Amino acid sequence: MAEKKEMPPELKEKLRARFNEDWRKELRKSFPVKERMKLPRQKMPERDPEERNKDFSEVNLGLTEKWAREEAKRCLDCANPQCVMGCPVGIDIPTFVKLLEIGDYEQSVRKLKETNVLPAICGRVCPQETQCEVVCNLMKATGVPVAIGNLERFIADYERNTGDVHIPKLPPSTGHKVAVLGAGPAGLTVAGDLALKGHDVTIFEALHVAGGVLVYGIPEFRLPKKILSAEVDYLQNLGVELKTNFVVGLTATIDDLKKEGYEAFFIGTGAGLPNFMRIPGENLVGVYSANEYLTRVNLMRAYDFPVYDTPVYLAKRAAVLGGGNVAMDSVRIAKRLGAEFSACVYRRSRAEMPARVEEVHHAEEEGIEFHFLTTPIRFIGDDKGHLKAMECLRMELGEPDDSGRRRPVPIEGSEFIMEVDLAVVAIGNSSNPLIGQTTPGLKVGKWGNVEVDWETMATNMKGVYAGGDIIRGGATVILAMGDARIAATEMDKYLRSKKAKKRKHKT
Amino acid sequence: MAKILKRERLVPNIHLIEIEDPQIAKKCKPGQFVIVMADNFGERIPLTIADWDTEKGSVTSVFLVVGTSTHKLSLLEAGDEVPVFVGPLGRPSEIEKFGKILCAGGCFGIAAIYPIARAMKEAGNTVITVLDVKANFLLYWEDKLRSVSDEFYVSSRDGYYDCKDFIPKTLESVVKKEGKIDRVISIGCTYLMYTCSEATKPLGVKTLVSLNPIMVDGTGMCGACRVTVDGRTKFACVDGPDFDGHLVDWEELFIRRKSYFEDEIESLCYWEKKNFP
Repeated sequence: MAEKKEMPPELKEKLRARFNEDWRKELRKSFPVKERMKLPRQKMPERDPEERNKDFSEVNLGLTEKWAREEAKRCLDCANPQCVMGCPVGIDIPTFVKLLEIGDYEQSVRKLKETNVLPAICGRVCPQETQCEVVCNLMKATGVPVAIGNLERFIADYERNTGDVHIPKLPPSTGHKVAVLGAGPAGLTVAGDLALKGHDVTIFEALHVAGGVLVYGIPEFRLPKKILSAEVDYLQNLGVELKTNFVVGLTATIDDLKKEGYEAFFIGTGAGLPNFMRIPGENLVGVYSANEYLTRVNLMRAYDFPVYDTPVYLAKRAAVLGGGNVAMDSVRIAKRLGAEFSACVYRRSRAEMPARVEEVHHAEEEGIEFHFLTTPIRFIGDDKGHLKAMECLRMELGEPDDSGRRRPVPIEGSEFIMEVDLAVVAIGNSSNPLIGQTTPGLKVGKWGNVEVDWETMATNMKGVYAGGDIIRGGATVILAMGDARIAATEMDKYLRSKKAKKRKHKT
Repeated sequence: MAKILKRERLVPNIHLIEIEDPQIAKKCKPGQFVIVMADNFGERIPLTIADWDTEKGSVTSVFLVVGTSTHKLSLLEAGDEVPVFVGPLGRPSEIEKFGKILCAGGCFGIAAIYPIARAMKEAGNTVITVLDVKANFLLYWEDKLRSVSDEFYVSSRDGYYDCKDFIPKTLESVVKKEGKIDRVISIGCTYLMYTCSEATKPLGVKTLVSLNPIMVDGTGMCGACRVTVDGRTKFACVDGPDFDGHLVDWEELFIRRKSYFEDEIESLCYWEKKNFP
């Protein structure tokens, strides 16, 4: 749930000024709040579950122009818009929605991109129901919030589909070189923000394609690759340079890059270290980390084997362990790859699932089974070393733990066997240790996470900032982007102060 | 994209590939590997670094042609490009003055062990090299390896060189002849490394092997390459590739390496049909 935060006075003032613009006043007058509240939420059109659970094309089809404008009408244009505070990157939601309502799509998308360089992605993958939509005043009044995410997606798609993506005029180059390590959601955001400020940005990416979790993790049916590549193209059009196949720490260290003239660094290398259950049989063939399973299918396109060379095991009976978005993606992929039985096995109950509500709903429609309050304690192999079953234990919910969720407690004597030939472990990731190991002096926490000052995202090394899963150890795309926005602002300040100092030195 | 500077068949079925990448060449250390993808439809596969040239800015690997990826690589020519060439990955081999080192290599491992032998020699060790080949015409890089070895043995099934024995037996006789060995390093196919480790276990000589499980990203992100060493799961890509051969769960490694055996055959048949109808 989004915390109730006090709105910073500058932001409040800015929003208030826009709120008081004449066209907004008129728009509010033209259609009273009472009437707006009566409008039903526009449903996102989806492909038929029985059709879509056999392929990798996108599930959600997107709102039409007419429906999007209808939905935009539902926004009450509140004087005190809580949604803005609910958004980790602070999008001016009322303004972009109202511009959409009056049909000024061009200005609407520009407003959106002022604070979010990846709107087509966020519109698809953000957990809006726990961020902007949960604090929507319409939610409080009627229980059905404005479909902010769907509108964000509509307006971003609209611009891309016109083929005329607006490239903002860039300020003159500052001449400062910035290195962004990792082309995931955090890195892409920092790169975009700093390019718009006139800095010379290079992104270094270990894999051969930019996107990080957006490309290896999130499947095509939830985020088509062409959407992502369009967003990456946009950044390149802003002058961002992209170096793939470059593992910072191994191909070159931060120190090496400093010698090449890079002055500021953003570490956004993500949570690239899968957690395992540490139970017997975990290295049997047929037991995958979610990262491996997803990477094979999404990045390496194993769903199109043998046209693509990378294989993936095609299961008859699949179990995915975990209850987050990664688990939902994996379990839905197993189904799409032909599993007769594809189940989510989660040790808590439905209420504690961290996955987006929409993903759980889609999974259910597609024929995914849910086995709540269940945990495996042992993987069992056949004589060839291949997984054939899991021994599981039933759980019940006890007292709340540190996360505030009720702790699952095993029920004694409840062991049972679940026959599966594929198990995907989706219980989270830890921070990838490579950067910590190869950057002497960088302060790293107990779990390999880079430590930062949360106000500025600065690490203990001068000019080195970090954000996303490398500091959080496994969170969401939008939280990574939120970190990135703070870091970009601070990095810009840092670079400008450096310039001032340099000048002083000269005179 | 990385440019191929040279691709050459060294001996039947074993090829050398030299790829231009000044940045990687600058960073290479013995025992590390690269990940290569032959074309845009390819699989990411690890290859041990066999040599590098910082002046030329190039990195060399030697590979045995087995499946689709290595077939594709074996058909590349100078001037061609590969979409993925990334590294140097993995922890470098431990190089210091141990005393007497025995380097045991076979197959592609003859090349892969070369930079380690060279570094061990430079570090002041006495280097004994033992190579294993099926027949005399399968031996390559003899001069290169001789130049960094104090003693040099080749075991070949056709008896063309020093002996006919398979490498574990050769090791035993070499150890008997050379006296106390401080460390054995073995690189080659999994079976060769396994048998070397089994041979040195009763002799009590620490034996390091360079494991070659299936990998995808090579940076610790996916865990495909997990191996059990001393009862604990390790990722060969970031915790290795070098491990103590006496502590490796070899049976598990053999099984995991065969995870996609049938798929590999299907892939190769598909590729052959498509390219050589």
